[in-house]
Amino acid sequence: MQVPILKQGDYLIATIQSALTDADLLQLRDELAARVGQHRSLGVVVDVTVLDVIDSFSVRTLRAVVHMLKLRGAETVIAGIQPEVAFAMVQLGVTLESEATALDLEEGLIYLDQKTKGSSRHGRR
Amino acid sequence: MGDDEKSVPIRADADIVIARQEGRALAAQLGFSSSAQIFIATAISEAARNIIQYAGSGEIVLDHIADGDHSGIVIIARDQGPGIKDVQRALEDGYSSSGGLGLGLPGIKRLMSEMHVKSTPGKGTTVIMKKWLD
Repeated sequence: MQVPILKQGDYLIATIQSALTDADLLQLRDELAARVGQHRSLGVVVDVTVLDVIDSFSVRTLRAVVHMLKLRGAETVIAGIQPEVAFAMVQLGVTLESEATALDLEEGLIYLDQKTKGSSRHGRR
Repeated sequence: MGDDEKSVPIRADADIVIARQEGRALAAQLGFSSSAQIFIATAISEAARNIIQYAGSGEIVLDHIADGDHSGIVIIARDQGPGIKDVQRALEDGYSSSGGLGLGLPGIKRLMSEMHVKSTPGKGTTVIMKKWLD
């Protein structure tokens, strides 16, 4: 199941649509690393609202995404972790502490606006 | 084991998703809350991941259990892999034999009501996880 990646101004928005296999997640990581370069994106929102399970592999891969995109010059925010999923993550013992998180897509975009303020090439914000 | 027993073969990473979806569906059918369903699905995901990572293949068996007034779900993760040398240590936080996150078994235990691990080096590992309905 491929994750659609939309370009919105200086940002990319990857909205996960259904449960992802490990291979799907790795593909998303690679796709984002490539697209950030293609579009010269300053920020990325990964919207995980539909995920009902975020396990150790998902966390490790999301961390890798954030780190890789940072190395490519883009800020990344993980948006939409559901309350029950957050509770399960706490019990499981997995964390996203140094990665930016946001309540939902809207908050994620506000976060990116703050983080990339003044660096927009298009002067639209 | 009751009539609801279901076995999901675990051979590739896509099977992890199938196992946790089947587990969540059974948990929903048994009357678990949405939050408990997510705990159960997450525990299954980690257990299935251990099978792929350490043994290559195995199975996840899902079933309804009853014990007196209690009822719940049991999940058995079984493989014929290399086994765990020191089960006690594997149950401690921070321990991992493959350099992973080292949270596998203790994390699963916190998500479920009970967890039992049987392992014979060279023969395989069986992890039995139970969650009772309140």
